Amino acid sequence: MNLATIPQNSGERQDLKHLRLSIAILREYLRELTLAGKSDQILLRWARRVHPYGHIASFFASSRMMNFIDNLPRRRQHILMQSVFTGPVYVVRDNIDTDQMISAQYLNLVPTIPEEYEKLGSFALGGLPDSLYPVRFVKPGQMDSDYPIVVGGRNFGCGSSREHAPIALGSAGCHAVLAESFARIFFRNAVATGELYPCEIADRLCDALQTGDVVTVDLDKLTVTVEATGKVHAIKPLGDVRQVVDAGGLFNYARKTGMMSAA
Amino acid sequence: MTLTEKILARAAGKGSVKAGDNVWVKADILMTHDVCGPGTIGVFKREFGPEAKVWDRHKVVVIPDHYIFTADSKSNRNVDILRDFVREQNITYFYDVIDDPNGSWKFDPSKGPLQRQYGSQYAGVCHTALPQKGHTRPGEILFGTDSHTCMAGAYNEFATGIGNTDAGFVMGTGKLLLKVPETMHFRLEGQLQPGVMAKDIILHCIGEIGFDGATYRAMQFDGPAVKNLSMDDRTTIANMAIEAGGKNGIFECDDQTRAAVDARCRLNGTRQTYEPVERDRHESFVYELTVDLSKLEPTVACHPDPGRRQLARLMTQTQLDRAYVGSCTGGKTSDFLEFARVLRGKKVVIDTFGVPASPEIVHDLQTARWDGQTVWQILVDAGVQMTENAGCAACLGGPVDTFGRMNAPLKCISATNRNFPGRMGHRESQVFLASPATVAASALTGHITDPREYLS
Ligand code: SF4
Repeated sequence: MNLATIPQNSGERQDLKHLRLSIAILREYLRELTLAGKSDQILLRWARRVHPYGHIASFFASSRMMNFIDNLPRRRQHILMQSVFTGPVYVVRDNIDTDQMISAQYLNLVPTIPEEYEKLGSFALGGLPDSLYPVRFVKPGQMDSDYPIVVGGRNFGCGSSREHAPIALGSAGCHAVLAESFARIFFRNAVATGELYPCEIADRLCDALQTGDVVTVDLDKLTVTVEATGKVHAIKPLGDVRQVVDAGGLFNYARKTGMMSAA
Repeated sequence: MTLTEKILARAAGKGSVKAGDNVWVKADILMTHDVCGPGTIGVFKREFGPEAKVWDRHKVVVIPDHYIFTADSKSNRNVDILRDFVREQNITYFYDVIDDPNGSWKFDPSKGPLQRQYGSQYAGVCHTALPQKGHTRPGEILFGTDSHTCMAGAYNEFATGIGNTDAGFVMGTGKLLLKVPETMHFRLEGQLQPGVMAKDIILHCIGEIGFDGATYRAMQFDGPAVKNLSMDDRTTIANMAIEAGGKNGIFECDDQTRAAVDARCRLNGTRQTYEPVERDRHESFVYELTVDLSKLEPTVACHPDPGRRQLARLMTQTQLDRAYVGSCTGGKTSDFLEFARVLRGKKVVIDTFGVPASPEIVHDLQTARWDGQTVWQILVDAGVQMTENAGCAACLGGPVDTFGRMNAPLKCISATNRNFPGRMGHRESQVFLASPATVAASALTGHITDPREYLS
């Protein structure tokens, strides 16, 4: 799986963002859909990711949108649902709690309302103190992050049970968090929502890497490769987590595995 | 089996379970509030369909409490989303801010933050309201869309916080897949000394194991000292299990537990039958700690996490800008009484805020009298800004107009439960967690102060 793009131009970005749709995801989806004929699961998954309440069918029926997409300027970008992705990391330290991932004042936003889902992304990791994190995860005025991978230390996601936290990260475009350890509720929420892969790494990556360093994550081989040095770090086995996130979260997984009747 | 294992085994319909097992358990209560409720409802509708019904309308308890007394329109709207859902689903237990079931909630800032703006059903902070309204019973399973749901473990039940997606699942099915946690054992012995409170016990324990020391685990508190701890004390301790990363905290059921539960269930007409779990001889623990309460001293958890334990008496150099008493952990009647005991007849020297956790507590404080004066008045006379608008308030920051919120990089000593950066507002502000007694003494001096200096 390869080429995927997002628009450069900010006006178009806005339009596109409104549909919670990076071109990367869409193209990938179309490709899979047409080539592999695997319709339902992927369809559902993208529908969920794209529009928490959305009706993807009507979206795809819009040929105007298809044209728009085809004519956008492009650059490469990384795609969730791939087992391998490369990108710059955003590095945080130990005990990043959910208040720092999404400040409590924005908890008035309801993640299942599409515009508010969007907004949550723009505030992702906004609670980190400026003094310690002068480079912001989401640049002021942007809706998405330039960092598809977040690197943390111990106890990532401690504190409140707000699901807004993994959702904000996912909405901002984060595909995976690589941390030494995760707090229980965050881990569970990340998996249940299918927003991102929480990957435990025994090595203390938050000391080894700096924000902006490029790494490649391979979920099949369970490795993280630092592009500049070629150094490889092992990801602890993901177990069922992989399948649940792949499926697009708890509900899709439950249906897929017969724990819940298909809706 | 440990207490937690016994409850989970029962709820899973199994003879026994052990740590690490994944089991489907039946929920007895699902609680949600205004911050996570709308999202949970969204997930529920999305996944089960717009016409779906909750699995049991008597078992979903809806308690708006977080962002209530704010002019923020989205926050006000979220309370209305809850009300609409409750009406549509005919949910029995909804502690609405307003009395009109068809109305909409709007906070009126012109009345100021102190004067009561809620109706007769409002119940305040969810974790305080749950036991007060008779929704906590020994042996049961309580899920809540809030991390401090573990507070109800004080009532010998398995109570844990979950996210919206899990909660949406429970809402539709009444079940959830759980991994049985390992249990850590905290045996409490001895008697607390004057000036030392339940808050100091839990701050001590978290300091001992670290703020992630109980990740994925249950914290079981028992031992001979428990009988001398009030239900309020036990809830303070269980509440903060999550601050060590714990899945739940749990106590045994004794006469105090039964008396409290029976009285509350009767009062609100909730179910009065329950089956406690008792300890047996075959418990396996991953960790054991015996705490001699008589040796504990007033304790502080320093910025920026609840595991940074220090004794209050060693922290007198820490200058403060404000003091705060409130929240599910530290805003109960007993907390305010200790707070008032230290402040009585004196004046605070820094901005000091008092937010009772529930309307019932407001009522208690406005009616309890010491030498003819109400406790409320004693606190107001000492210079505390006391609000009648019970709720979460600045415990988690909230919208910028939230009462007591830190909108600048200030230092605050607080009787709440969490002090990660930005927790009470400004992301460069600092929070020091302590007992209400320590908060009171510190409010009198403007720096962190051991309350024993003020015991007469
Ligand atoms: S008082 Fe604080 S800790 Fe308790 S439920 Fe409210 S926000 Fe959470």
